[in-house]
Amino acid sequence: MTATDTQQERRRRAPFPRWVKTALLTLGSVAVTMLGLLFVTFIIGRVMPIDPVLAIVGERASQATYDAVYQQLGLDKPLIVQFLYYFWDVVRGDFGMSLLNARPVSEDIARVFPATLELATLGVFIGIVLGVPLGVVSAVNRGSWIDQIARVVALVGYSMPIFWLGLIGLLVFYGILGWVGGPGRLDIFYQDIVPTRTGMILVDSAIAGDWSVFRNAFSHIVLPASLLGYYSLAYISRMTRSFMLEQLSAEYITTARVKGLSERAVIWRHAFKNIRVQLITVIALSYANLLEGSVLTEIIFSWPGIGSYITTALLSADMNAVLGGTVVVGLIFICLNILSDLLYRVFDPRSK
Amino acid sequence: MSDATAPGQSWRDWLLTDAPTSRRHARLANLYQGWLKLRANSMAMFGLGILVFLLLVALLAPVLAPHDPFQQDLANRLLPIGAENHLLGTDSLGRDILSRLIYGSRITLYIVALVALIAPVAGLLVGTVAGYAGGWTDTVLMRITDIFLAFPRLVLALAFVAALGAGIENAVLAISLTAWPPYARIARAETLTIRSADYISAIRLQGAGPLRIITKHIWPLCISSLIVRVTLDMAGIILAAAGLGFLGLGAQPPSPEWGAMISEGRRFILDHWWVATVPGLAIFTVSLAFNLLGDGLRDVLDPKDSGQ
Repeated sequence: MTATDTQQERRRRAPFPRWVKTALLTLGSVAVTMLGLLFVTFIIGRVMPIDPVLAIVGERASQATYDAVYQQLGLDKPLIVQFLYYFWDVVRGDFGMSLLNARPVSEDIARVFPATLELATLGVFIGIVLGVPLGVVSAVNRGSWIDQIARVVALVGYSMPIFWLGLIGLLVFYGILGWVGGPGRLDIFYQDIVPTRTGMILVDSAIAGDWSVFRNAFSHIVLPASLLGYYSLAYISRMTRSFMLEQLSAEYITTARVKGLSERAVIWRHAFKNIRVQLITVIALSYANLLEGSVLTEIIFSWPGIGSYITTALLSADMNAVLGGTVVVGLIFICLNILSDLLYRVFDPRSK
Repeated sequence: MSDATAPGQSWRDWLLTDAPTSRRHARLANLYQGWLKLRANSMAMFGLGILVFLLLVALLAPVLAPHDPFQQDLANRLLPIGAENHLLGTDSLGRDILSRLIYGSRITLYIVALVALIAPVAGLLVGTVAGYAGGWTDTVLMRITDIFLAFPRLVLALAFVAALGAGIENAVLAISLTAWPPYARIARAETLTIRSADYISAIRLQGAGPLRIITKHIWPLCISSLIVRVTLDMAGIILAAAGLGFLGLGAQPPSPEWGAMISEGRRFILDHWWVATVPGLAIFTVSLAFNLLGDGLRDVLDPKDSGQ
């Protein structure tokens, strides 16, 4: 940063306030990143060993039919034109037809996405509720047994294959103890009872006031959500700890203590208040990671979300569905990243 | 662990000197002092021990494995842990789980080594070129890096494997393609701080071209931060490879890859829990070892980032 008076000078001369420029720059970088995402998925779709025409017309079609579909798909056009078509389709929310069930991919995704959202939201909620206090307490009591436990919890979280932990969880809590519902979102006789409004069964059943469905749905979601929650807890608690340590070693904390403030006020009203913005960033990132990282969890728990959808499509070479799913997950991921960045800029006066 | 002081005090003194007599002397002394610091970290040494053990197991697999990992024996399928002749039991085709585990360590090390070769080198190249060249080159290269960084990694790897076809090599390629951007960021940051140093100007005045400056004078200084990052990433790479194997997109069936073994055992998890549990423990142990070693290395090589 240069000297402040020249900055003020510049600000006075600038035609727009600075945030307009920042917003435009951010929008530009979002656009470029999204274009890049589309380009990569487009290229993946083009280098695939599966012939998209054959997949539609079948192997016994005549050459004339083949050529007709070839032209219909625009495959005779230059690559860049094909990309523009693809881009335009995606902008309109059209990801093509699924080869498996001959329905629009976008409809499929809209149907499966709420399941993932429900799971990831509950997961990140568990991560916040347990991870933030754990991080704060272990920073305050640095080196104590609770700090050691937090360290081990995080270390194990970083090293454990999530699909394996999920299997063990199913084995112990469902197979042996019988405490939770098994794979899937509901037991079979609870299915299709409450009308679908949001697609999130917990919310739908609460709206309908059907608490037996709610309980059943909860018994199914609690294990996969705790699993995801554990992974976000590992990350959130570590980050909280290091943010808190940074604050606690600052001089204003010493001042507050010397003033005679209670330790609780020092920790929560002074130190914690200053890490809230950083925490929001971390939470947004970990939310994005959960939306993505639920792929393996969804497979283990037969959870009909977007991760299961992509994987099933992948194994049956339904490329439109794979690419559509990848684009949607990628876009959400990018948006959450940007959002966390924006929140940081808006709420943290230091970054201005 | 081998005792470095054994050959005699003089070696130790020579290595611990404050006034090295040659470049190689200085480098060795530096390494030795780093090693001493690492050795004091018992968790890191624990991790290193596990990895050395894994390396030995992989090297000696034909000697150590009690059975052929591919030999099916349908009469003795799904034997429990501790069964006669099969210490860790057998899987659904009667193959000895211990032997498969031992041979699987080769696949794990193979994947890790390949990714550790491809991703950091690619990142190093992109990062140093971007940092050194600056201007448009920098903007374009870093924009591409950001695009890849903004991708969800596992989903992108899935899509890549879908395009390339399932298999270990393609899984390695897919993981590397999603793993290089952080290395590029680190290498660029290091390059930016080094680029304007006096000694780089001195070398340039002596007539060194950009290629020589980058390869001989910038790369060596980026290495230590990259090593730390690679070691810490190893755990993630192992988990990603195992995840792809589990989904059936990595190593293909008869191969004793640990993730694929879990996937095979998954169907029997409620009645024959050990088939899926044992390979999972192996994955966990190895990635834990990499995490412990990575933490230790970070403290030695890069004290400013140790999070303390």
